[in-house]
Amino acid sequence: MTELFASGHRACAGCGSAICMRTILNATGPDVVACISTGCMEVVSTQYPTTAWKVPTIHVLFENAISVASGVREALNSQGKEDVKVLAIGGDGAFVDIGFRALSGALERGHDILIICYDNESYSNTGLQRSGATPYHASATTTPAGKNSKGKEQWKKDLPAICAAHHIPYVATASIGYPDDLERKIKKALMIKGPKYIQIHCPCPTGWGFDPSKTIEMAKLAVETKMWTLYETENGKKTINIKPKGNPVEDYLKLQKRFRHLTDSDIKEMQKKVDEIWDRDFKDL
Amino acid sequence: METHIVEDLAKLVADGELKAKTIEVESEFSAISAAVGASATGVRTFTATASQGLALMNEVLFATSGLRLPVVMVVVNRALSAPINIWNDWQDAISERDSGWIQLYCETNQEVADTVIHAYKIAEDENVLLPVMVCMDGFFLSHTMEPVDIPSNLGGFLPKYKPKHIYLDPKRPMTQGPFAYPEYYYELRKELSKAVDDSESVIKKVHKGFSKKFGRNYGNGLVEEYKNNKETVIVSMGSILGNIREVVDSRKDVGMLKIRCFRPFPKKDIIKALEGKKSVIVLEKDVSPGLGSGALFSEIRDILYDVKNKPKVIGYIGGLGGNDITVDMIHKIVDESKKKKEGEVSWL
Repeated sequence: MTELFASGHRACAGCGSAICMRTILNATGPDVVACISTGCMEVVSTQYPTTAWKVPTIHVLFENAISVASGVREALNSQGKEDVKVLAIGGDGAFVDIGFRALSGALERGHDILIICYDNESYSNTGLQRSGATPYHASATTTPAGKNSKGKEQWKKDLPAICAAHHIPYVATASIGYPDDLERKIKKALMIKGPKYIQIHCPCPTGWGFDPSKTIEMAKLAVETKMWTLYETENGKKTINIKPKGNPVEDYLKLQKRFRHLTDSDIKEMQKKVDEIWDRDFKDL
Repeated sequence: METHIVEDLAKLVADGELKAKTIEVESEFSAISAAVGASATGVRTFTATASQGLALMNEVLFATSGLRLPVVMVVVNRALSAPINIWNDWQDAISERDSGWIQLYCETNQEVADTVIHAYKIAEDENVLLPVMVCMDGFFLSHTMEPVDIPSNLGGFLPKYKPKHIYLDPKRPMTQGPFAYPEYYYELRKELSKAVDDSESVIKKVHKGFSKKFGRNYGNGLVEEYKNNKETVIVSMGSILGNIREVVDSRKDVGMLKIRCFRPFPKKDIIKALEGKKSVIVLEKDVSPGLGSGALFSEIRDILYDVKNKPKVIGYIGGLGGNDITVDMIHKIVDESKKKKEGEVSWL
């Protein structure tokens, strides 16, 4: 099989987001245009005069990949190329935070595009600053743990739910730890007309502080401990795709430097919150 | 402000008179971003904005020129907040002078209509490949209704846009907008700067071709000298030139230089028009706080530094936030110019 996201790019060893790009393009095939945001994947894969992208790709700025994708989509349609699929790919910083307005605008307009957020839970490219997708109590460079701080004080922003609230035909979460599920979701989304949103959990060894050989294990642990849940919301109907084993969150937290400051009682509190969210969002499914 | 423009275009599309797709975005930031995406795919694009909207686009403007995309945008020139104000001055577009866009400033609505056509031909020229801003004064032009002639048949003047340098097609994948290390960044920005400099000849050529075919001209496309055979000359841009023409027509001691093209700055034509004059009065609707003058004044004075017969250059800042600059005020400027010292800048 021809790899459409070529090797030789400059991503860190064990980079979950690079695995994500490769898996996405394996699923889409060559008839796509990728509109990418500034961020890790853009910086490591498009170092002039080289590129890792074997599909047409455009990067403009941090917060406008989805708006650019809107223009690309309508231009392709006007050229009679409705069959060419348009992807908007950005990190959590790009879509959860700085490009949030553009995301909401495009969902409301209803362009036939697939929006993919590779969620590494921080501004990893610029040195692990906290984003809206950074988990509760993670230590980030702008929310460092210390004598008077437990790290980030807020829970992770629930962007998939916000996208679903736009009543678009397809929203899904996915993880690089479950490549078959991820590929299936990409392929399925591309069959659906209209705006689609998929948020993919991509562990970042450099930023989160774990052994680069453990990326996939980390991705799976996030799902098994209910720190990240794999589900689809299709025309408003929510389905869980992978039932978690329900391991204690400690199994996931203890392997990462960003959580190493947490005490037993902090971990207990985290477990309580995770269970509450599960009960709120997924228990009855 | 630009709302008339986009509303009327939407109506033309709705009525089937214009074959185009409109994208109704949530912000100016996304408007120019969608135009960039569409242009990069290989189609002709248009958008319009004003004041805060242009400021919101700032980041994308630099990317548009850096990507060498021939986007055309009408900017309805208006004041920037604070305080909030909806009337005319040039601070919005002047603040974007270094964005790598060609900037053309229009005097009348007919000139705006014609210049939009020029703009595509300039932008899409293979020796240019740059975005173009067509600037028009808010209210004075945007809210002044006058009949304009829009050529219904361009008769081959503007051929279909078929980009060779940049497009998005799975049949020939290319990566646009890559990350560049210092050595490449430097070279690419240098090329961009040179491309804006060199676009001067194309702007002139396009203007000439248009006037030959449609019979309307605006100086030489870059500047227009009007009765410029006097000792004193007023230099300005945009709709205020109408009032200046009236002053020039009614007295014998002053002529006019219209700057139509602000980027690239037509240095040679400006020097030719101003060298050997006794006084040059620069009248403008923008200011650089901390410099004590506007951009037009400082740039005109800069390029006159090396000329042999250097005129006295004085500046006037006026019209900010829609203040009137009347014919009487311009008479007064000319009258008092004799007493002003070289380099002196005054607020009207």
